[in-house]
Amino acid sequence: MSDPIAQLIFLIVKAILLPVLIVLFVAFVIYFERKFAGFFQARVGPTYLGPWGSLQSFGDIFKLMSKEDVTPARADKPVFKLAPYIAFIPAFLVMAVLPFGPVGGEPNLFGYRFDYVIANFDAGLVLFLAMCALGVYGVVLAGWSSNSNYSLLGGLRAGAQMISYELAMGFSVVGVMLMAGSMSLVDIVDRQAGNFWDWYFIPQIVGAVIFFIASIAELNRTPFDLAEAEQELVAGHLTEYSGMRWGMFYFAEYVNLVVVSAIVSTLYLGGWRAPLEVLDFIPGPIWLFLKICVLIFLYMWIRWTIFRYRYNQLMSIGWKVLLPLSIANLAVTAVVVSLVG
Amino acid sequence: MDAGHDLPTPDAAAGATHRPTQEELRERKARTRRHLERTGEVMTLSMGPQHPSTHGVYRAVLDLDGEVVLAVRPEIGNLHRGVEKLCEYRTYHQIIPLTDRLDYISGFAMNHGFCEAAEKLMGVEVPDRGRYIRTIAHELCRLANHILWLGTHVMDLGTQTFFCICFRDREYVLDLFEMLTGARLTHSFCRIGGVAKDLPDGFDQRCRKVIDFLPKRVAEYERIIKHNRIYYKRAKNVGIFTAEDCYAWRVTGPTLRSAGVARDLRKDEPYAAYPEVEFEVAVEYNADVYDRFLVRMKEIRESCKIIRQCLDNLPDGPFLAPDAGHSLPVKKNVLRDPAAMIQDFYQVFRGPQAPKGEVYRGIEAPKGEMGFYIRSEGGSKPARVHFATPSFYHGQAVPALVEGEMVADVVAIFASVDLVLGDCDR
Repeated sequence: MSDPIAQLIFLIVKAILLPVLIVLFVAFVIYFERKFAGFFQARVGPTYLGPWGSLQSFGDIFKLMSKEDVTPARADKPVFKLAPYIAFIPAFLVMAVLPFGPVGGEPNLFGYRFDYVIANFDAGLVLFLAMCALGVYGVVLAGWSSNSNYSLLGGLRAGAQMISYELAMGFSVVGVMLMAGSMSLVDIVDRQAGNFWDWYFIPQIVGAVIFFIASIAELNRTPFDLAEAEQELVAGHLTEYSGMRWGMFYFAEYVNLVVVSAIVSTLYLGGWRAPLEVLDFIPGPIWLFLKICVLIFLYMWIRWTIFRYRYNQLMSIGWKVLLPLSIANLAVTAVVVSLVG
Repeated sequence: MDAGHDLPTPDAAAGATHRPTQEELRERKARTRRHLERTGEVMTLSMGPQHPSTHGVYRAVLDLDGEVVLAVRPEIGNLHRGVEKLCEYRTYHQIIPLTDRLDYISGFAMNHGFCEAAEKLMGVEVPDRGRYIRTIAHELCRLANHILWLGTHVMDLGTQTFFCICFRDREYVLDLFEMLTGARLTHSFCRIGGVAKDLPDGFDQRCRKVIDFLPKRVAEYERIIKHNRIYYKRAKNVGIFTAEDCYAWRVTGPTLRSAGVARDLRKDEPYAAYPEVEFEVAVEYNADVYDRFLVRMKEIRESCKIIRQCLDNLPDGPFLAPDAGHSLPVKKNVLRDPAAMIQDFYQVFRGPQAPKGEVYRGIEAPKGEMGFYIRSEGGSKPARVHFATPSFYHGQAVPALVEGEMVADVVAIFASVDLVLGDCDR
């Protein structure tokens, strides 16, 4: 078997296996979210299905699939039906450029070279930002097409919020890009080789914090969950959705959570690399998985601890605090990079 | 104790951060109305009656300009049960179970207020022990109400975790009620002339445990919430309702006290054992959501103090007035003592004989001033009963409170004045 054919087979295997694994993982992320919420709230969380309730998500999925799928009578039906997919698919596409282990180098599997990335794409970072922006459409269209004022307000809030925070996010990412000299996520991880003090979260600490905060807004989680602010807008853009269509939005949210955690660890926490060189014997995917888990826990911790911002406060944080800070960070990084290297 | 009717001085509010003046607030509201008239480009959002945070079945039709609320049309009555009319067909004893369905969060306070009014009408003297037990139960009600208020209020600001913690702490109070009355929410524990039962064995000890424990929890709440930056930003200078506004809309209770008015019927028109216990009226001066939170936290501490004093000074003696003409006998004597049995038959089948006349009795319910009006034309049934419930007045003040604010603040402000629809609609 020649190398290109082996690569093609590897590619197909990776392209099928990775989304499947992520979906399985997401089912457990949802379970853990509920379990952690229970612990934070002095409850027990799900307990019935499976050991410690761990199969709860699968039960939920079956329940959602068996539920009636209601389309409001005066909704914009094609858009209403399309919106969940628009929200769902971009979340998965980012995985294509995400390195979860070493790329390139010596043959490592059955005498062939196995790259731990689906597509070593030069503009991987741009793809991530593009997919983030595309995800907004799902929310906005859902809000628009539902023909409900709650949905509309939720959708508008989500649109404005995500666009505002994407700017700060974009600028903070450029800092990493300058330091790595590349937009490929594979290269960015390679530049962070070494121990944990070589990772970008130390020189780019401002950028990392801004990115993390902006990513909470991107993920629509407390304190920036204004789009579906339960207490004001019932469920925001999801108000009119039911059954599996609602489930797809919900699922997309958690796929996004996993993907964004992966991106944060790739950009700032050394991706799949071990925190110390001594620990390199543990394979890369495991390190990436651990980092994702820690970040997800952090997101959950924040969600179940603090209050929600008001809409104008959210906007003023985005435009008056995060954006100037990220631009300043970018300027400083640019100067330092051009002077030092 | 007439200090309560003075408006707060500007000095009292000094030290607070920038606070919109009356003129600014009025201007803000006028501006929104002008916008509404000029553009007509408004989105109408029907909030409720089925909505996660309208605390029951309140409906507010909001006219929005983007996120800003231009006008509010409140709609109440979805929970109307005709309690006042029902009262006209029942004896005074039978009305008591109807009253604790008014504000079902603090059922005992409702029982208590009605009994106070009926006693005033009939001239029944409550024995000391009865008065003290009433005071204890009333303050326990206030604890349960304020803790629940805190939970729902912070949930309206977007944190669900704290809601669960508050519910857990409220359980301790409800357990005490269960021990005392046998019921957790609708106690029907008060009787004309006293209370239904004496304190059960071990209540004293358990109650002391809870009131030792709760102030610590309040300190913890304050640590979590009071200094939380997001809470501060969401609550400070939001939903300002000054003393003048409160008088204009008859808004009472913690909302009025947060506007710097030390109006508390427990002090101003004392009843039960309140004249004999020492406590402070919690007052804050900034009249916003944040101060309403502070006032309620202070009140929880004061309530614990009152309960402790009542337990310390609990007098011996009967807990129910030995007034055969107006009050029920002690239940456990009914099958032992012929006189009690006769009294029981008399009271159950004929009811207490009230003189002609009309009375009004206001009490300081946890949510505000709760007025009970009874007009009697003699006999065992009232000719007319009216409940001047705090929630009703708070509900009608909602438009004045939220116009000109943002959608997210609607629920925060709505929750901060504390209303429950069972109380509002009756």
